[in-house]
Amino acid sequence: MSSTVATPAAEPRTNYLNVDYGWKSWVFSTDHKRIAIMYLITIAFMILVGGSFAILVRLELATPAGDLLQSETYNKIFTMHGVVMVFFFLIPGVPAVLGNFLVPIMIGAKDLAFPKINLLSYYVFLVGILLTLTAAAMGGIDTGWTFYTPYSSTYSNGQVALAAVAVFITGFSSILTGLNFVVTIHKMRAPGMTWFRMPLFIWAHYATSLIILLSTPVVAITIVLVALERLFHVGVFDPTYGGDPVLFQHMFWFYSHPAVYIMILPAMGVISELISAFSKKRVFGYPVVAFSSLAIAVIGFFVWGHHMFVTGQSTYAGVVFSVITMLVAVPSAIKVFNWVSTMYKGDVWMTTPMCFAIAFIGLFTVGGLTGIFLGTMGLDIHMHDTYFVVAHFHYVMVGGMVTAFWGGLHFWWPKMFGRMYPENMGRVSAAIIFIGFNMTFFPQFILGYMGMPRRYHFYPEEWQVLNLLSTAGATLLGIGYLLPMVYLPWSLKFGKVASKNPWGAKGLEWETDSPPTTFNFDKVPVVTEEAYAYPEGARHQPEAKVV
Amino acid sequence: MSSNHPHITPLKTYFAVFATLIVGTWLTYWVAYKDFGWLNTPVAMAIAIVKAGVVVLYFMHVKWQSKLTMMFAAGGFIWLFTLFAFTLQDYWTRDWMPIYK
Repeated sequence: MSSTVATPAAEPRTNYLNVDYGWKSWVFSTDHKRIAIMYLITIAFMILVGGSFAILVRLELATPAGDLLQSETYNKIFTMHGVVMVFFFLIPGVPAVLGNFLVPIMIGAKDLAFPKINLLSYYVFLVGILLTLTAAAMGGIDTGWTFYTPYSSTYSNGQVALAAVAVFITGFSSILTGLNFVVTIHKMRAPGMTWFRMPLFIWAHYATSLIILLSTPVVAITIVLVALERLFHVGVFDPTYGGDPVLFQHMFWFYSHPAVYIMILPAMGVISELISAFSKKRVFGYPVVAFSSLAIAVIGFFVWGHHMFVTGQSTYAGVVFSVITMLVAVPSAIKVFNWVSTMYKGDVWMTTPMCFAIAFIGLFTVGGLTGIFLGTMGLDIHMHDTYFVVAHFHYVMVGGMVTAFWGGLHFWWPKMFGRMYPENMGRVSAAIIFIGFNMTFFPQFILGYMGMPRRYHFYPEEWQVLNLLSTAGATLLGIGYLLPMVYLPWSLKFGKVASKNPWGAKGLEWETDSPPTTFNFDKVPVVTEEAYAYPEGARHQPEAKVV
Repeated sequence: MSSNHPHITPLKTYFAVFATLIVGTWLTYWVAYKDFGWLNTPVAMAIAIVKAGVVVLYFMHVKWQSKLTMMFAAGGFIWLFTLFAFTLQDYWTRDWMPIYK
């Protein structure tokens, strides 16, 4: 038995999991760690729901004819896939699960600043889910996840108003979480934990929280206006009443483009932690990476018009949005270069989380660079609303955020539950996900470039080979995602007991027990060194690799 | 003022805020019946901004908070301004393009 795999004690120490087993101790818990676990279970359920819709979409597109689903049903299926995945998995995924669990521990605090508000955010989230699923059961919505007017406000026969209320309510869950993180990071850092000693995961969550606080109210108001126009014919977006449909897109993308960064910034924070821990090196250019998170958060607010190049938006406005879109690539590129520089001459240890982290860098880079194609006005005229766009944002969202989510979940799994997951199974699932992902979405770049529009359930026969390849890849990807959903719960009972710090990583979360006690630390930690203070030329201990 | 010691505002300040809001509302009503030409909207907006400012600064106690709180409060307005400004740069430049027939 290695030094990193502890012998189970006869009397395990009290921790946040075994402190109380009653159901009330969970549903009324204000412990940030328990709330994170509740979020994890809920979000896992939503991945299955959203994934089921994705499977239906890919099955329909396996053949050129629209034979599996009617066109109206197909519209509802891809809308529900988008709504569920964006609002109930991609946006809350990393912050609500990993952020909730780790932000207080990483800064040496007992809990978040407002524990009751944290619990409230979970239940608000749950209400949003219930309303969305009710809307689905009552006939669904067919507007696409973007709820574009005038279709959503005037023509759609679906449950738009109910879904709008659901998204509005879910937005408040995000706002409450963001508020909690901002106040916690400002006010509750342990002695010695200065801003520039904070892990980059915390910087990423801080930047994300600012975006959440500044942008989410706008989408909430926009969605309410759609519902008001639909129900009471208040003229905001409908030209008949003096409104403008393009105004909806301005207001919607003012939130929804920064929302892309709400999804990807925390994922980037996870990657910084993984790359550093498994390269045994301080993150190259730490302050620059920290500020690049803030730069992405700020610049990301001024690029929304690149979604609207073909809507009748002024060409001059388009030029401004296009130029700023190129600028936002700079801080993203800084991160990628700095991660690679961190790995350079480091002692790279290819654990499952590191496999996911390296996959992230590749997939995010492809997703980011194809964004430059789409941010270029002339090229976007050709590619707008084609599968090129679908492939681009899946490379960023799924290849980026979801890959980082899996990496982070594996990395901190021993901390969260005190058990190791089966390492080889983890590597196999990472490989299957990487191959399956590329097989699913790379053909869509080609299909999109050839002109296949998104949101149609049939297509010309000459595109079947690429579509079939994509469907086959999606099957592989589904298997890759299901594997951790089996072996991670399995490891809770059968996994090896984890020590405090199975990876030999730096950070306050690795100095407390696995799993942590209810208040995280026995006494308030005092921080005396910078983040990732690995000695020069540090190597992973051979016995650590036994895990 | 530290957040641990909340500022106690005298009642007369709240009454002053109330009076300002009533006067502001009356002014809004009064200017709505006057024609200032292109100044109609700016005048109405100016009154609304004064009213909102009084509420934020005095009623919501931002005037006695730390600079950090002030910065966050201001941030919301700056971002609202960017929403308006970047949306209007579309609306105000749509006519600039030559129309080819």
